[in-house]
Amino acid sequence: MKSLAELQEIRNRALSQVNLRKEREDGIRVVVGMATCGIAAGARPVLNAFLQEIEKRNLGNVTVTQTGCIGMCRYEPIVEVYVPGQDKVTYIHMSEDKAARVVAEHIINNQPVTEYTIGAEAK
Amino acid sequence: MKELSLHILDIAKNSVKANATLIEILINEDSEKNLLTIEINDNGCGMSEEFLKTVKDPFSTTRTTRKVGMGISLFEAASVQCGGRLDITSEEGVGTKLRTSFVLDHIDRAPVGDMAGTMETLISGSPEIDFLYRHTKNGKTFTLDTREIRGVLGDVPLDMPEVLTWIDGYIKEGLCDIS
Repeated sequence: MKSLAELQEIRNRALSQVNLRKEREDGIRVVVGMATCGIAAGARPVLNAFLQEIEKRNLGNVTVTQTGCIGMCRYEPIVEVYVPGQDKVTYIHMSEDKAARVVAEHIINNQPVTEYTIGAEAK
Repeated sequence: MKELSLHILDIAKNSVKANATLIEILINEDSEKNLLTIEINDNGCGMSEEFLKTVKDPFSTTRTTRKVGMGISLFEAASVQCGGRLDITSEEGVGTKLRTSFVLDHIDRAPVGDMAGTMETLISGSPEIDFLYRHTKNGKTFTLDTREIRGVLGDVPLDMPEVLTWIDGYIKEGLCDIS
């Protein structure tokens, strides 16, 4: 049973990571489109998959945020990945499995998954 | 949408846009009355009387990027096709209340779906906002109040991955208990 005591332990652990906030501010940003179009296309499980992967792999330097309609509703769920100092990468038609691969290959190993990008679709 | 929880996520996003500091999501499933009601209340900026009149129209939106806004009209359609209705009251500077109803056992009623996923998404997207989620099934109630969680966490933000996972598990267990 999940208890508030467990939450207290999470707090204590978090407070021992002093650089938490700083690390997050300078880190990689994952942005998921979460307007009506994105939600209807399946953006919620995609976002939750990113959150889970990031927790599982303890990636303190990655933040996941949400945005409104990106303007290309037919490509939803859309995810943008911002790595500091590099161009933004836009992934389209995302799924939970694809999210796991983007975390492993792009966020951890810095190799964007080209086949899922909007550029691959245009060709 | 495949789940009512997706409509809830979508509508609660309107409350976030309206600069609410507290959003209430109240779900009541009552087998005896054969009724499901969902209420989403916020203390955001509210709407003018004029805008409120047209708010259910898909061609009515506050968006400036284009002229359609489907969220409320889709939720209304989901409810009306299940013998229910959707009502909105709003007051500028006070907030907005949206209430929708469904015949519980209507053949076309989508499942409530993954409310834990919806709450996790809302909280991670707006960790500074407080959410009260209360789900009642035939008299048994589960409540998640982020003010309570914040009380335990202190300065630790709600959108920390570990905290979000805890919230997800807490809701799943809580909903199991009232089923």
